[in-house]
Amino acid sequence: MVGIPTVVRARRRSALTAAAFGAAAALLILTGCSNGGSTTNGSYGFPEAKQDPASTITVWVDADRQAAAKAFEKANPDTKIKVVTYDGSANGSNSFKTKMQLFDRAGSGWPDVVFSSQNNDAAWASQKSGGKQAFAAVLDKGLVPKDTLSNFTEGALNPCTVSGEVYCLRNDLAQAVLWYNKSLMDKFGYALPTTWEEYQALGEKVAKEHPGYIIGSAGDAWTPEVFMWASKCQANDVTGVKSVTVKTDSTECKRAGSLLDTLRKDGTVPVVSVFTPEFVKNYSGKVLMMPGPAWYAGAIFNNPQSLNVPAGQLGVAAPLPWKGEDSAVTGNVGGGTWFISSHSKNLKAAEQFAQFVTTADDYQVAVAPGYPAYAPAAEKWIAKQESSNYFATPLKPIVTAASQVWDGWGYPIFSQEAVWAKTMTPAITGGQSIVDLLPTWQQAIENQAKVNGYKVN
Amino acid sequence: MTLAPPSDRLTVDASGRRRSARSGRAPGRTPIGYVFVSLYALLALAFGIIPTLYAILLAFTNADGGFAGFNNFVTVVTDFRFWPAVLHVTLYLVIWLIALVIFVVLLALLVHGLRARWASTSLRFVYYLPGALAGASSVLLWLFVLDPTASPVSGLLRLMGFNSFVQVIQPGNLPAIFAIIAFWTGAGGWIVIMYGALNNISTDILEAARIDGANAVQIAIRIQLPMLRKWIAYMGVMSLAAGTQLFVEPQLLSQASNGVVPNDYSLNQLAYQYAFEQNDFNGAAAISLILLIVALLLSWVFVTRGGLFERE
Repeated sequence: MVGIPTVVRARRRSALTAAAFGAAAALLILTGCSNGGSTTNGSYGFPEAKQDPASTITVWVDADRQAAAKAFEKANPDTKIKVVTYDGSANGSNSFKTKMQLFDRAGSGWPDVVFSSQNNDAAWASQKSGGKQAFAAVLDKGLVPKDTLSNFTEGALNPCTVSGEVYCLRNDLAQAVLWYNKSLMDKFGYALPTTWEEYQALGEKVAKEHPGYIIGSAGDAWTPEVFMWASKCQANDVTGVKSVTVKTDSTECKRAGSLLDTLRKDGTVPVVSVFTPEFVKNYSGKVLMMPGPAWYAGAIFNNPQSLNVPAGQLGVAAPLPWKGEDSAVTGNVGGGTWFISSHSKNLKAAEQFAQFVTTADDYQVAVAPGYPAYAPAAEKWIAKQESSNYFATPLKPIVTAASQVWDGWGYPIFSQEAVWAKTMTPAITGGQSIVDLLPTWQQAIENQAKVNGYKVN
Repeated sequence: MTLAPPSDRLTVDASGRRRSARSGRAPGRTPIGYVFVSLYALLALAFGIIPTLYAILLAFTNADGGFAGFNNFVTVVTDFRFWPAVLHVTLYLVIWLIALVIFVVLLALLVHGLRARWASTSLRFVYYLPGALAGASSVLLWLFVLDPTASPVSGLLRLMGFNSFVQVIQPGNLPAIFAIIAFWTGAGGWIVIMYGALNNISTDILEAARIDGANAVQIAIRIQLPMLRKWIAYMGVMSLAAGTQLFVEPQLLSQASNGVVPNDYSLNQLAYQYAFEQNDFNGAAAISLILLIVALLLSWVFVTRGGLFERE
């Protein structure tokens, strides 16, 4: 007889299997496979494992950060590192958290340094889990020099800060700015908007005069981080380790929602993800403006696989304020973080590595694709970008925006992007208006917060 | 004339077979049998029974290992994601199982009815081909098929009014999409099995039916289908076991759509979320147990209705 069809075999990926892994981990504990390293109260504000300054450190990086590890090896040939590549927890895979929890259960196996592409890891890594010591080493109690920490761009370490203590170093910033195509704007005779209201008016004008051209996109999971966050919408105000304030019925949320609704209806801000073939096919050469994170420059505009905007066309403007508000604030979409394990047997080397990859010119200026979080490196990085002659305008607005990220939008354990993607995107695609959906969004955030143990105010 | 199944023949046939079994050497329990079954038994113990027992232990204890009674079950059942997930999996199962039974039997009968040998062989090969792709890779293939901008059948998708990937994967469409993917990957193997089962039906019976004046449709409905009952039940049980564990399709689709398809769409995903997102292995175990109980109950229905364990 023919065997059981593949479909059965392929999908025997039951939760029981997960339980089996759990069982294996439990057995490891039962059989005493724990690391047995005695911990002492360390000098850096957390219990340390017995230190061995000669031991090899293990660093986890994503594919893009392999260059950082290479740069470190080149600059520090005496420090032995073992590089492990993983997905960087991207796309909400959460593999960083998943793997650390399994190591917690096994009582050993933690890497010494981990890169994560997400901003919601400090929220769990700074906390004890199941009676186990928190994974992340606290960094501002002597492990990382004060001078180094104070040189990070203002607000850059917010995603790393829990209850006033710093648990990770920021790799790059992802502040939202207003990207625009200077050549097209000049050709159409449009002036740059100076407020969100003017931006909306211009969108309505573009729809009439140049249909097919767009001034933004709202099809990605980070739509709320670009538009809602920049409008001071209080959908994600983390007020304590386990408390969050969610208020989506405010004027601030409604104005951003209504702007998006208007511009979606007239086709100038389509609900299409910028990383789809559809977007590239329909909007190459048609992007007039695009509010979005700093990394759009390399990921979308100056990328042959994406919009492939020719040199000398792309300009950048500072984040827009809303009318009547004296200063603009902006949102932030990601930007990686580096964690040092509190279980490390070689904290000195781990700290050396984390400090190098976040601050050294050899990596942050010479190699890194994103805007460095470390201010001195950021200055040099901007100078380098400007000397490439790709951009049509100076890049000063990116620097300005770096410290304008609004601090009323926090970094909880759960992902706001995931909530938006599953609750709002399908409904918006189905034709519903964002303003009408605000209560639904509120409910979805609250639900997600509660199952993650948050108290919702 | 009315056509009754030649039951007298059947009984003679069956009893004849029983007699031959008795008259032959009684099937002795040779040691070699134990060798054959030992590896399976070991693996079943290590990856089936022990984890199940461990899951039961986890489901009734809390994080510190203390007895928790039904607390974990209450937690998961009152989770806002639980009932939507139940609904999703149920809808998917209903669509998929009905489609599977109808189309697999139909296609197997058609292939079996082909006179030309080469046509039947090549068709069976073609049916089986998609199943040769492992679960995850076939889903990856479907990601392209479902995206109107990249799909080879984009014309068809646009005809149905879908102009973008996100429109295709609207929540209402998902059960049908998962059922189609599962059917496409799994049906071929079952068609081959049904074909084999059809070959097992004695030609004497079919011959007799034809002499009695039955046409192909009557033969199919009154002879082949009743004699396939056991195999259909077997397919039902196996597919049910696989279907309640829906995981790979929504998980991959979730990552591909950047979360538009939620990562807590199915019960199994929810269990995964509990274990690895919330670090709550006890809750995950509770969901697994609920799944196990439901799957066992439904399997029991299939087994008893399908006469799966009846001796011939």
